[in-house]
Amino acid sequence: MPSLKDLRNRINSVKATQKITKAMQMVAAAKLRHAQEAAEAARPYSQRMNAVIARLASRLKDQEGISPFLAGTGREDVHLLVVCTAERGLCGAFNANIVKLATEHIERLKGEGRTVKLLCVGRKGYDQLKRPYRDLMIDAPVDLKQVKRLRFQHAHEIADRLIRMFEKGEFDVCTLFYSEFQSVIKQTPRPLQLIPARIEEQTAEETAGSGATYEYEPDEQEILNDLLPRNVSVQVFRALLENAASEQGARMTAMDNATRNAGEMIRTLTLDYNRQRQALITKELMEIISGAEAIS
Amino acid sequence: MADALKLELVSPEKELASRMVREVLVPGLEGYFEVRPGHAPVLSILRPGVLRITEISNAETQFFVRGGYVEVGGDEMSVLAEYAMPLEQFDAEKLQREIRWAEEDLQDARNEEEHRKLAERLDFLRALQTALETGF
Repeated sequence: MPSLKDLRNRINSVKATQKITKAMQMVAAAKLRHAQEAAEAARPYSQRMNAVIARLASRLKDQEGISPFLAGTGREDVHLLVVCTAERGLCGAFNANIVKLATEHIERLKGEGRTVKLLCVGRKGYDQLKRPYRDLMIDAPVDLKQVKRLRFQHAHEIADRLIRMFEKGEFDVCTLFYSEFQSVIKQTPRPLQLIPARIEEQTAEETAGSGATYEYEPDEQEILNDLLPRNVSVQVFRALLENAASEQGARMTAMDNATRNAGEMIRTLTLDYNRQRQALITKELMEIISGAEAIS
Repeated sequence: MADALKLELVSPEKELASRMVREVLVPGLEGYFEVRPGHAPVLSILRPGVLRITEISNAETQFFVRGGYVEVGGDEMSVLAEYAMPLEQFDAEKLQREIRWAEEDLQDARNEEEHRKLAERLDFLRALQTALETGF
């Protein structure tokens, strides 16, 4: 049985921890709002971009000379997986979920006899993946630790690198792993195929009819070939923004749980403490009374 | 024919403009062209340059735009630019200095990678400077 003093110390330390988790939760909530706003602001651009590409792609689908960014290299031998995670921990299973999904893909692709290359964005995913897959890493992780606010430039640099690697023929298929923000309590890790671009059939059908009378400057194919590499940046940017929002959402939930657990712990500890205190008082009273009785 | 068209200017980070305007001068890949209400549908790639908007009030607003495309259809047009900035936010002197720095950096570039990045940046700054000086 711990002494009264031990109990008091423990209660105080749990209270201090609770204050920290509470503060972290509030910080995450504020950051989440910013991240969501940023993700929201980026949406119109990527939607329009997708619509135009889908329209052009559906019209040019069967033509010769289409950009390899859409048609692929004709092979599927070398896969580059870009794993986007957070730079910091203490956000529940956020990083672990993304890494798990990526690991499943790595194992599946390896089982099919493909070559897998890995590039990490964010420290946490790298730390987890470097142990089993050090030989697959093509480089140190892309560091976004100093980044306070994610700009398009950051995504552009990553995309630029991917594009140059693709042009050099260093991989055939590029898939990015990120976590889609659904709500504060739900973030789903997802794969996103960047190269060759995946055009959603549905959007292609919807927009196919309306573009019949457009004048194109220069011609359709050149526009498409110009837009496809740009679209890689846009997709990376979108994924990173989603990821940022998811990270904060996950952290908020994790810290909320931690705060609640601490509260629960404080409650039981205080109960123990009071019980012991009362037992002590009773014991002392009994001693006084029996002492008095012995005298009289 | 309506005397106004709806312009939407969007960059990946945010929507910069979404309003009714009188006409817009667009830096298309094959030259500047003017868009007025009722313009034939066009889809064109952008060239780095100045997007000049004539507002309903006949005032002019200028944006420097780079990378992306413009889509015109009927009385609506949308400009998607990877980089877009109101022109008045640039300062000619500061730009001059930046260009000088970039040139110096370029000479000191150690490897191909660095060289390529700096050259890209210098290109960008020069395009910006011409845009600022000539208005085009």
